[in-house]
Amino acid sequence: MRHVLSALVMNQPGVLAHISGMLASRAFNIDSLAVGETENPEFSRITFVVTGDDRVLDQVRKQLEKIITVVKVLDFSNQEYVERDLMLIKVRAEGQKRSEVRELVEIFRGKIVDVGTGHVMVEISGTEDKIEAFIELMRPFGIIELVRTGRIALLRSPHGVAEAAEEFQPAEVVEASSAGG
Amino acid sequence: MATTNKSDIKQRTYNGAEILVEAMIRQGVEVVFAYPGGASMPLHQALIKNADKIRTVLPRHEQGGGFAAQGYARSTGKVGVCMTTSGPGATNLVTSLADAKMDSVPIIGITGQVPRGVIGTDAFQETPIVEVCRAITKHHYLITDLKDVPRIVKEAFYIASTGRPGPVLIDFPKDVQLQVQAEEPDYDPPMNLPGYHPERRKVQPEQIRQVIAAIRRSRRPILYVGGGCVSADAADELRRFVERTGIPVALTLRGLGAFPGDHEYSLDMLGMHGTVYANYAINEADLLLALGVRFDDRVTGKLTEFAKHGKIVHVDIDPSEIHKNKEAHIPIVASVRDVLRELNAALTDDDIPQLDEWHREIAEWKKQYPMEVKTSEDWIYPQDAIHELWRQTKGRDDVYITTGVGQHQMWVAQHYKFARPRRFMSSSGLGTMGFGLPAAVGVQVAHPEALVVDVDGDGSLLMNIQELATVHCEKLPVKILLLNNQHLGMVVQWEDRFMDGRRAHTYLGPIDRPEAQGKGDGTFDETYPDFVQIAAGFNVPARHVRKRSEFTDALTEMLESDGPFLLDVVCPYQEHVLPMIPSGATVRDIILE
Repeated sequence: MRHVLSALVMNQPGVLAHISGMLASRAFNIDSLAVGETENPEFSRITFVVTGDDRVLDQVRKQLEKIITVVKVLDFSNQEYVERDLMLIKVRAEGQKRSEVRELVEIFRGKIVDVGTGHVMVEISGTEDKIEAFIELMRPFGIIELVRTGRIALLRSPHGVAEAAEEFQPAEVVEASSAGG
Repeated sequence: MATTNKSDIKQRTYNGAEILVEAMIRQGVEVVFAYPGGASMPLHQALIKNADKIRTVLPRHEQGGGFAAQGYARSTGKVGVCMTTSGPGATNLVTSLADAKMDSVPIIGITGQVPRGVIGTDAFQETPIVEVCRAITKHHYLITDLKDVPRIVKEAFYIASTGRPGPVLIDFPKDVQLQVQAEEPDYDPPMNLPGYHPERRKVQPEQIRQVIAAIRRSRRPILYVGGGCVSADAADELRRFVERTGIPVALTLRGLGAFPGDHEYSLDMLGMHGTVYANYAINEADLLLALGVRFDDRVTGKLTEFAKHGKIVHVDIDPSEIHKNKEAHIPIVASVRDVLRELNAALTDDDIPQLDEWHREIAEWKKQYPMEVKTSEDWIYPQDAIHELWRQTKGRDDVYITTGVGQHQMWVAQHYKFARPRRFMSSSGLGTMGFGLPAAVGVQVAHPEALVVDVDGDGSLLMNIQELATVHCEKLPVKILLLNNQHLGMVVQWEDRFMDGRRAHTYLGPIDRPEAQGKGDGTFDETYPDFVQIAAGFNVPARHVRKRSEFTDALTEMLESDGPFLLDVVCPYQEHVLPMIPSGATVRDIILE
C-alpha cells in the first residue's frame, strides 16, 4: 500500500542525508520526496511517499522518529489530507501545435511560463493522476524534458503535524493479529 | 600582604578545547581514554591543564580507547568518554562506536577534525567522520561555532545516557578548539532537542492492569530479560517481582547478571547457546514477559516458531523495538524499572498464578539436560577453566569479567554464574573480537580495587594485544585468563558442524603445520605466538600451563597477584559450545552432542 509520510525535522545540515541513509540501509524504497523550510525557519518539512504494508510502514515511521533531529512523523494514509505535485515541462510546440498545447494547459489549469520559437514551458500542479495524465497528453507533441517536485501534503485539520501527533497515543495497547492471543 | 600576580590581573580567556573539557568536567567526567594527534592536540593541552580533575588514560590504539570507554560505561552505568585525532584516529574509533550502538552503551567519542576552512578539501588526515558514523551512532555533532560547545556537550551527555543509551560523536575542528573567547561561557545553556523526549515514554495504568490479568491467567509464564533491564538498573525490582510471582527467568547475553545465575528460578541464558531448559521453557510458555530485549536472531532462531504458544508482553524504552521482529500482544514503551516497580506495587495475592506444575516440568528439564562441565585429569577443558574461575571468585562482589568473542565468550556466559548486573562485559550484538582486554582496562580504571579478569581467546586477544602496554603503563592490575586453542574456535565449530570439517584459515599457527590442513591431533608441542614472551616484552608477568594438575594453583597465583598477570592456558581445540540451536532453526533442532 502507498503511504504519504510527513516529517517535521530540524533545519540543519545532514538531516536529509541521515534520513535517506537510514531508509536506504533498511532497504525502504522512497517513491517520492520533497523538502522545504516551514513557516518556522528552524524547521523543515519532508514529505515522503513510500510503498509497503502497514508493518513495514510502522517501522519506517518509528525509525524516522528515532533520529534525534526528526521532531515528528505522521502517516497521512488513514486521514483526510490534500496532496500536490508541481511539474515544469518543456514541450515542442511549433506553429499550429502551440495553440493545441495552450488549450490543453487551460483545461488542466496550468500555466505557460516560458515561450521559445519552437517550444513552451508549462507549469502544472495537482494530484499525481492529473500530472500523469497531462504528461501522456504532451507525449505526441514531443517532451523535451520535465521536472517534478515530488509529493507535498498537508492534513485537512485546524492543527499542525506536531499537535496532531500529540493526540496519537504513543503506547497504545493493541491486540496483535498474529499468534493465538 | 599578598602580592598580586600579573596573570591574575590579565583577564582569563578560554579556548574551545578548554571549554569542552570544562563542560565535560561539569558533566561529572572523571576519566577520558584519549590518543592524541595533530587535530586533537589543543584538547590534550586542555586535559593536561585539568589533570587534577580528570584522568587521561592513553590507550595504544584508538579502538582500544573506545572499548575502554565502553568497559567504564558498562561497569558503572555512567557515560564513558574517548577521544582521538582526525582521519585515521577517528576511523579507528568506528568499530567501538558501532559496538556501543548495538549494545546500547552510553559513550561519547570526541574526534579532532581539520580546521573548518579546509574541510572538504581532502586535507591531511581528513575524513568526514560524521558522515561515516551516521548510522552507527545515536547522534552526532560537527562543531562549527565556538558558542555551541557547552550546549553540544550538555546535549551529548543527555542523549547518550537517557532513553535507550547509545554512542554520541562530537567532531571538533582544530581551529574552533583554538578559537578564544573572553567571556566566561554559560555551561548550562538550554538544550535544543525538540525531537527527543525520552521522558514521555511512560507506562499507563491500563497496561499494568492488562499485564497483571495476563499473569493471573497464566500457567506457564516466563521472563525473557535482556540488556534493557541492566541499563535501567532494574535488577532489584526484577528479583522482587520474580520472588513474589515465582515466574522463572531466562537471560540474554546482555542480560546476564540482571538476575542471579545461581537462583532457583534462574534458567540461565536462552538462545543459540542457551540452556536446554531455558529454550524448552520459552517454547512451552503460555506467557512471555519480554523485558528490555529485542528478539535478536541469536535468541529466537526461526522467528515464527519462537514462543509461538504464548501471549507476548514486550517492554522496551525504544518504540522502534516494539513489533520490529515479533508482534507483541501487550506492547509497553517504558523503562523496564518503572514497569517492574508498578507491577510490584499493583500485584495482589489473588494475582499470583499457580505454578507448581510448571516448576515441576522445568525441574525435570533441568535434571534431564543439565549444563555439565567437562573435566579431565590431563587436559584443561575451557569450560572447566571457567568453572574453576567461578569457583575461586564466587561470593565476591568486586569481580568483573570481560571477554573477547567466540567460544570462550559463550562458555563464560554458560559457566560463570553472575550474581549482579554490570559484572559481565562482552561485545554481544556486534560480536567484536579484541573487545576483552581494552574493556578490562576501562573497568579497572573505574574500579581500581576490584578484581578484573579478561577471559579471552588467542584469536581475540591478539586483536588488541597492544593494550598490554596500557595495562602496564597505567598501573592497572588487569588479569588475563587466556584460553589458547590455537584456532578460531567458533568458526572451527561451524566448519565441523556445517562444512564437513574443512579448515579454511581458522588455524592460527604457521601454515606448514598439519593443523592448517585440519590434520593435527591437537597436541600443540609449542603454541604460536608465545604469549608469555609477548607479555614479558610488555613487562606483564605471565605463566603458561598445559596440565589440569597445575591449573588450579596457577589460577590462584594469578588471582592473588597484586599487579597484572597473563595466564596462558593451552586448551583442546576440538571442543564445541553446546547446546546449540543452528542459525534460523528451532528448539526442536537443538544439538546436544
